[in-house]
Amino acid sequence: MDQAESMGVLEEKYTRRTFIKGVIATGATASSAGHLFRGSPLLGAATYQTATERLITLNVNGQERRVDVLPHETLAMTLRYKLGLTGTKLGCDRAECGACTLLVDGVAQYGCSMLTHQVRGRAVTTIEGLEDPDTGELSVVQQAVMEEGAFQCAFCAPGFIMAMTEMIEVNPNPTREEARHALSGNLCRCADYDKILTCAMRAAELARSV
Amino acid sequence: MAKIRDMIPAFELYQPTTVDDALELLDEHREQAWVLAGGLDSFDWFKDRVKRPSAVVDLGGIPDLTGIRDVENGLEIGAMTSLTAIERDEQVRSAYSIVADAARHVATPQIRNQGTLGGNVGQDTRCWYYRSGWPCYRAGGNTCYAAAPQAMNREHCIMGRSRCVAVNPSDTAPALIAVDAKMIVESNDGPRVYDAEDFFIGPAIDITRMTVMKSRDLLTRIQLPETWANAEFYYEKIRDRGSWDFQLVSVAAAFRKSGDTIEAARIAVNGVAPFPVRLDAVERLVQGTTGDEATANAAGELAIEGAQPLRHNEYKVPLMRNLVRRAVRSVA
Repeated sequence: MDQAESMGVLEEKYTRRTFIKGVIATGATASSAGHLFRGSPLLGAATYQTATERLITLNVNGQERRVDVLPHETLAMTLRYKLGLTGTKLGCDRAECGACTLLVDGVAQYGCSMLTHQVRGRAVTTIEGLEDPDTGELSVVQQAVMEEGAFQCAFCAPGFIMAMTEMIEVNPNPTREEARHALSGNLCRCADYDKILTCAMRAAELARSV
Repeated sequence: MAKIRDMIPAFELYQPTTVDDALELLDEHREQAWVLAGGLDSFDWFKDRVKRPSAVVDLGGIPDLTGIRDVENGLEIGAMTSLTAIERDEQVRSAYSIVADAARHVATPQIRNQGTLGGNVGQDTRCWYYRSGWPCYRAGGNTCYAAAPQAMNREHCIMGRSRCVAVNPSDTAPALIAVDAKMIVESNDGPRVYDAEDFFIGPAIDITRMTVMKSRDLLTRIQLPETWANAEFYYEKIRDRGSWDFQLVSVAAAFRKSGDTIEAARIAVNGVAPFPVRLDAVERLVQGTTGDEATANAAGELAIEGAQPLRHNEYKVPLMRNLVRRAVRSVA
């Protein structure tokens, strides 16, 4: 109720009863993601009917996560601001940099450019899900990055690491040229590409020796 | 790109599981509906607030629209098949390698993993005046900013203009024209079949659309006919960066030979007009020749006949000429 009182705008437009209903329906939005929306988030959320069930279960890094997702929310937004998985970076938010690369059913995609509702029932893997959940052992790609020290500022690293993870699955024995092609959907503004490629080759080598 | 915004404005999301349900939704919402394939073109529009549909129909959950299968007299690709799947498919690679090749030249691996063939041919133009929300002819206004004397128009067209000077951005479009692909468009009134070259339309026909599709239409399948399977193919895309970028100019050609002689040819160029251009005259010119140097040169010159470059894109004229030349030369 305190929350309702503080939102003067809403009270002008709605009876208290409809507003309370709205808050119940959008509870998770108000509590955990309200900061995402400019202006009056609840206003938008309460005024349209959606054809999509908002409270959904996502399979993220092998865990079932219940989360309230807006129809127009991108996966990167859900992961970062609702599930706390900030390893997935947002660079351009326009499918033009690769920082948000993650795996959906093992396939590398840009988290900024897909709706969370499009991955219902599919397995999402982020950088947080690469290490062994029981032992904490790093994946071969992460190991290779440690060994080769591929990145400078490393903002692009999670995206590159996810792209490399897909690469060694699809092509376990790449040439350097093939690795270049496989990683051509990620940008590094420090222009550390040569070392990143060395790291990708090392990752493939480690994967083959496992 | 306009400003970076943090959220897409609200819309209703519909996720039908059958083509019939999708068509029903398109019928119901008409101009308010937006068809979502891979989404890579769509989300830019939404984030920039330039297009604000109230109902988004996501085709991702319709199994019938995905996959590559044999049909009588050819191969059929579901419109929602990812570009990666096409690029890797054994049948496409062996019989219609030009289509696999074109798919491999789209953007980046991640975009090809998500982007679909239907979305690639259905995408809107990249003219930045239009995409930034300027009220140009294409957007329903009454001017073309890209053809103004001071405009930045390095990527715009050199032919086929009609008020609008934008170009079609699709990499797969010229390849589909080269193999004489058939596009199957469905609506609640029933299916229609278009030749690939007729599927794309220029501003003289309708300045607000890039293809024949109107608001109730859905591209469901693309058929590659046997007639051009295993032909000799040539595909080349010229772009600024080796990744991500749309074409400046691209060429796709298919040749049928008898001995050394070209019996039939289909040649298409994209990036030079608001629609992918099929070069009928060049095809007739090379027919009956061996694709020798003199023919290749003549083909290049014929291809650029009538080209009218804008202030900053004169380079596209020799680029188009040389690409057509190379395509013809490749079969000699």
